[in-house]
Amino acid sequence: MDQTTIIALAYLVAAVLFILGLKGLTHPRTAVRGNLLGATGMLVAVLATLIHQDVISYTLIIVGLVIGGLIGAVLAVKIEMTAMPELVALFNGFGGGASVFVAGAEWTRPESYEVMAAAGWGTPVFDASMIAAFLAGLIGAVTFWGSLLAFCKLREFKKFKKPWVFPGMQALNIVLGVLCLVLLAGALMCPAPLGVFWTLVIVASVLGWFLVNPIGGADMPVVIALLNSYSGLAACATGFVLSNSVLIIAGSLVGASGLILTNIMCKAMNRSLGNVLFGVLAPTESDATADEVYGGRVKATSAEEVAMLYDNARRAVIVPGYGMAVAQAQHAVRDLGDLLESRGIEVEYAIHPVAGRMPGHMNVLLAEAEVPYEKLKEMDAINPSFAQTDVVLVIGANDVVNPVARNPKSAIGGMPILDVDKARTVVVVKRSLSPGFAGIPNPLFAADNCLMFFADGKKAVLDLIAAVKEG
Amino acid sequence: MTMTSFVLFAAEAGRGAADQAVLPLLAALTVFVLAIFVGFEIITKIPPTLHTPLMSGSNAISGITLVGALLAAGHGNQPGVAILGTLAVILATVNVVGGFLVTNRMLEMFRRKR
Repeated sequence: MDQTTIIALAYLVAAVLFILGLKGLTHPRTAVRGNLLGATGMLVAVLATLIHQDVISYTLIIVGLVIGGLIGAVLAVKIEMTAMPELVALFNGFGGGASVFVAGAEWTRPESYEVMAAAGWGTPVFDASMIAAFLAGLIGAVTFWGSLLAFCKLREFKKFKKPWVFPGMQALNIVLGVLCLVLLAGALMCPAPLGVFWTLVIVASVLGWFLVNPIGGADMPVVIALLNSYSGLAACATGFVLSNSVLIIAGSLVGASGLILTNIMCKAMNRSLGNVLFGVLAPTESDATADEVYGGRVKATSAEEVAMLYDNARRAVIVPGYGMAVAQAQHAVRDLGDLLESRGIEVEYAIHPVAGRMPGHMNVLLAEAEVPYEKLKEMDAINPSFAQTDVVLVIGANDVVNPVARNPKSAIGGMPILDVDKARTVVVVKRSLSPGFAGIPNPLFAADNCLMFFADGKKAVLDLIAAVKEG
Repeated sequence: MTMTSFVLFAAEAGRGAADQAVLPLLAALTVFVLAIFVGFEIITKIPPTLHTPLMSGSNAISGITLVGALLAAGHGNQPGVAILGTLAVILATVNVVGGFLVTNRMLEMFRRKR
């Protein structure tokens, strides 16, 4: 067998391992092995590439691998579970950036544009590899800068707390998008399109920044899922540049995965992708003001009172939201769940698909706190059981339990919610009555069967544990 | 499983055609489209509880760009190509190493028994 065949076969093995690896992720029991299969596939692909005849010098390769490996390992080991959304955002960006550089490197080689140089100015050459390189540059740069901004927003750097909104922002995005297409078309007619390539990368960088700029808060899961998809598509485009099957396969798997997650997140908010990216979520006329909703009807409670509720309860549900992540309350929540179970109460956790800042965010935090995954129930599975639930404890969630969503005219109308208001008693742990991301008041807080426990998430749960133990 | 074997076939076709100048695009497109279908088939079956590990794990897989990066970084003759390649190797390796490690860390937590 010659070398090319060996490498090609190795790539084939790698592609199969990636597919089997993702298959392993379909169940928590097989998931660790699946991830290892994926990593093995990557190792096979890398080792095969190193014997490629085009690889002449290993110095820079080793330098790159060592630096990148160290940074990656440190990030992966040190990162706190609550910071997972920003880490994934950062990795998305790096994937996109790598694709830009690979496509750029390929187009720095004069042999890449021999055909175009021969054709000269003005004759369009539809070279698939060139179009792919420009798409890789475009998607990769958007992914890199978009992800970097998403990272800054998720880390809550002060400068990025409020989106920088100015009139004509959408128009600017359209202009930038059109400019990218013009550059792409222009490159087809240019004998040495390297300069055009880097211009495109710069324009796409600005575009990526401005696309993510107006998006924040509860819309972040959609953005991260979408950027995840883009990083895959950028790798895929790079695969077309190099006519490399394993890049194309791996890239499209990731692209598909990100798109599916994006779709799930949008459905869970009953909003279209366009609305999340370009729309503004604002209260509508049919949304009442805070005074109308709350006016004197909100009942505050204490840890002791809630502990008494638990004394007579048979079934309790805990609803975690982003507030639990912010307060780092997941371990305390687990302790409370264990304590209640030891008193013979059935405890389950209700997870809304968009709770937190990325898909599956709450599940990871509760898994970190060693809550068995069987106890984490999806919205559709747990909703019918709220009517038979004695106490629901909502920790740091707001819009996902807002019954206003059942009014189609509301800003969040049609968004599927956790039907916590059907339970006998709902206890909401929250610092104040401030609205959630959607900016509309929550009539649940003023409902007859709802008690407000005004406190920081972690402190509230710890107080509750103490009160239940005493009582 | 039938879906997987289709892709294997297509992948082989794509590689075999790589030297014949005209076919690779069509073969590459075939691989692309089939891989998207495989992706949809598998990923729709992944439960929501594992969606965060799915994102970080698939992220690590998208670090496959490393393959292209290695080819560029090992390209001895042109410094420009090699430097861009090295930058790409660094970024892609962060992605690969960090992605698989952090995914493993998360998944171990899901597996853990008390």
